[in-house]
Amino acid sequence: MCETCGCGDPEVVPVEVQESLLADNDRRAEHNREHFRRHGVTAVNLMGSPGCGKTALLEATALALGASTRLAAVSGDLATDNDADRLAAAGIASRSITTGTACHLDARLVHRALHHMELDDVDMFFIENVGNLVCPAIYDLGQEANVVALSMTEGEDKPLKYPVMFQRADLVLLTKIDLEPHLPGVSRETVVANLAKVMPEPRWLALSAVTGEGMEGWLGWLAELERSIAA
Amino acid sequence: MHEYSIVASLVDRVEREVRARGASAVHRLHVRVGELSGVEIDLLETAYETFRPATVCAGAALEVERVAARWGCPRCRRQLAAGEGLRCPGCGKPGRLSQGDEIVLQRIEMEVA
Repeated sequence: MCETCGCGDPEVVPVEVQESLLADNDRRAEHNREHFRRHGVTAVNLMGSPGCGKTALLEATALALGASTRLAAVSGDLATDNDADRLAAAGIASRSITTGTACHLDARLVHRALHHMELDDVDMFFIENVGNLVCPAIYDLGQEANVVALSMTEGEDKPLKYPVMFQRADLVLLTKIDLEPHLPGVSRETVVANLAKVMPEPRWLALSAVTGEGMEGWLGWLAELERSIAA
Repeated sequence: MHEYSIVASLVDRVEREVRARGASAVHRLHVRVGELSGVEIDLLETAYETFRPATVCAGAALEVERVAARWGCPRCRRQLAAGEGLRCPGCGKPGRLSQGDEIVLQRIEMEVA
């Protein structure tokens, strides 16, 4: 009976749920992860602001690896296929996920794109997320690692402003270090100190996709990731 | 603004529970949102107000409990202050988040015949 006024209307009962609102996404992400692993593919979720150099990094990665590692990618893009076109031109088997107004990729979107992609001949798969330091952070896509690209031109305090993104990063790549001489107000030490305030185990590498400086460290990290999954 | 996606999942989850229990109305939802969950409570509430009219949640109030982030040492259990390095000052271990990254539907108050 109604507890409020005793009117005899239906009873209001509390139903305990205690479930994450990301549970559906996480289930789909687990399915994607199994799919990648079954094909022996190492999947990386690459996140970062618009213009931080995600696509340039992948182009430089493809160039540096040559034919030794076969790459594939999906790129989340609000309105164009430009990133996927650039990746394809760099020799990466790629596909665009046009998200419209959606600000992030979720496991369902990635899963749908995977239906159209052949993974048998792929070693490493990059999920180039929508340029955004907020929304993509909380969505598991089925990746083995989260990599966040942070360009030196974005300034020193981005880790403090977007703690959730950096807290969930397995690796932070400080990109565009070739521009450091032109950025007197940005110190790499301060950026790194800020990472330590939001990441319990800050792992970072600095590189330039333009000059190639620091690329070997990144390729080494990828190779290590690949080995750790195969093990 | 991914809060709309979160609200869509919330309403889906409630609809499932309403069907399973044959409820006739939903009165109130209790949700817990962590400080480091990546969800802004204001935006979540706005998204909910926008989304709910045509759903089973049309008449349901949304109660949001904010959960502070809490870091602790996995070895000595000491609590770590956020804002500085997230390593244990005692044993040097990297801290672990013990709460504050959750987005959880805790409870639904619903009318059952």
